[in-house]
Amino acid sequence: MSSTELIANPFLETDLNASAKRTEKLFQILFMLMAGLLILPVLIILTTLVVKGGGMLSFDFLFTNPTNGMTEGGIFPALLGTIWLVGVALIISVPVGVAAAVYLSEYAADNWFTRAINLAIINLAGVPSIVHALFGVGAFVIFFGFGTSILAASMTLAVMTLPVVIVATRESLQAVPPAFREACWNMGATRWQTIRRVILPNSVSGILTGVILEVSRTTGETAPIMFTGAAFFIPVLPQSVFDQTMAMSLHLFVVSTQVPHVPEGLPYGVALVLIGMVLLMNSASIALRMYLRGKKKW
Amino acid sequence: MSQAAQQRSGNLPDINQRNADWYIDKLVQYLVFLSGISAIVLIIGIFVFVTIEGLGFLFEDFSFREFFLSPWWEPTDEDEPTYGILALMAGTASVTGLAMLVAIPFSLGSAIYVAEFATGKKREFLKVLIELLAAIPSVVWGFIGLSIMNPLIIDLFDVPVGLNILNAGIILGLMAAPIMTSISEDALKAVPDRYREAAEALGGTRWQVIYKTVLPAAKNGLLGGVLLGVGRGFGETMAVLMATGHAINIPGSVFDSVRALTATIAAELGETAVGSPHYQALFTIGIFLFSITFVINLSADLIVRGIRKS
Repeated sequence: MSSTELIANPFLETDLNASAKRTEKLFQILFMLMAGLLILPVLIILTTLVVKGGGMLSFDFLFTNPTNGMTEGGIFPALLGTIWLVGVALIISVPVGVAAAVYLSEYAADNWFTRAINLAIINLAGVPSIVHALFGVGAFVIFFGFGTSILAASMTLAVMTLPVVIVATRESLQAVPPAFREACWNMGATRWQTIRRVILPNSVSGILTGVILEVSRTTGETAPIMFTGAAFFIPVLPQSVFDQTMAMSLHLFVVSTQVPHVPEGLPYGVALVLIGMVLLMNSASIALRMYLRGKKKW
Repeated sequence: MSQAAQQRSGNLPDINQRNADWYIDKLVQYLVFLSGISAIVLIIGIFVFVTIEGLGFLFEDFSFREFFLSPWWEPTDEDEPTYGILALMAGTASVTGLAMLVAIPFSLGSAIYVAEFATGKKREFLKVLIELLAAIPSVVWGFIGLSIMNPLIIDLFDVPVGLNILNAGIILGLMAAPIMTSISEDALKAVPDRYREAAEALGGTRWQVIYKTVLPAAKNGLLGGVLLGVGRGFGETMAVLMATGHAINIPGSVFDSVRALTATIAAELGETAVGSPHYQALFTIGIFLFSITFVINLSADLIVRGIRKS
């Protein structure tokens, strides 16, 4: 008997190995299927929206008023109203959100107080949208006396999406290396000079991704604006922030549940435009983020 | 101090001088601090304003027994309005429960696939797709429940109404799954690679490594993700309003129509007079919702923080 036959080859596959490998393969395929099944229904749904709503899309649909009890005509006032609401919400939330992120990233010490702020941010993001609506009614519509108006609705939206801006901005501020700050301080610059001339310019594109993401979130929100400033149907376009307005998201709710005898294609068309706006904005944010990651120098 | 030293310090700028830059710096520091605490102010503000509007009801018509234990939500009854949210709670709980049954296995499976199996381009592609899924607005999901799922359920199960727990549960599950996937994936990614390397060095296959090492180590993060999913399902409004059928009902099967707490507020707030007991009762439901989600978010945060410390 030669010595090679006495020692079993340790690299040979045993039955146990083989069955473990089979299990691994099985689970890999199972999990892949699960990921697929998560995505597949949504793709089917999007296709259905495009097939059924695509026919509605036209220049007239986008740029004319709804007519005949909202069963015909276009969506222009809703489209314009959404732009108003999102625009005013951004004007309010971006400065506050960026400043809050600057505080958390550049000033705040690592103590219980900062933890409380972070906890508040997480909770603010988790408050149900309808509770934000109640807050908007209680605070902006009644207490501050804005009435049901674009201003009240936009402030409610701003409060709701503030965490998105804060978290995205804080992340991009913290991505600026500490050496940049130290170099600047050593030149005798104050904290604010450092932030304004070094940190913000180096993180502005990261902040932009967060802002685009916020625009996308704000566009789709419905519950917070239902009672604070968006109306079912208004034949005139808003003239100032104290007017009420129509909005895309609420319009979809209205034409699909509240209005009788709506032709089948109309709500699909509205849904398609709304989801198109949201996904376009989100894709832009993701694309910008990937481009920045590729370009990063430090 | 020697004369030379005195001369030198005379030529240097006084580092303690309060020039314009110093004042601007201070001013900015205060402004930035004010924004920094905005989240805390707003959370307290939400609680205070919602409570103030609901206060009248809490002091007058509110009875703990009736509010939580009566299934009768009849605020518009002229003789004797009743404000019981038991059936509404049952509606919210059944829809959220079914949604979690759908979302937990799928999001966990997808997260494991994305974090542990998929590589390179495929991984990036899946992550982007999942992020886009999370962006679909809830009113669009509600519309999908109404126009696509409703006829589908009627056809498949031969039931008279397709707007029910099954419909809303699936919709809500699909809504919550992308977010839960992202959080679970973060939790799996947070497990240090040396755990995997050590397990692989002992001869484990990738599944054995995941099952015996990665999942136990990521347990808290995964639980936190599930809790956030529950919180989201609980607070979801538009999709639930449109897909549940909106009928007050203590459900006996998944084909029963129900009504959720959030949907009740959304449907009725517009029709009530400011300051009426009905209006205040809706705000009281709001306080209840706020408190529940606050507790859920808080515990999710504590659980996730637990792993970071250890």
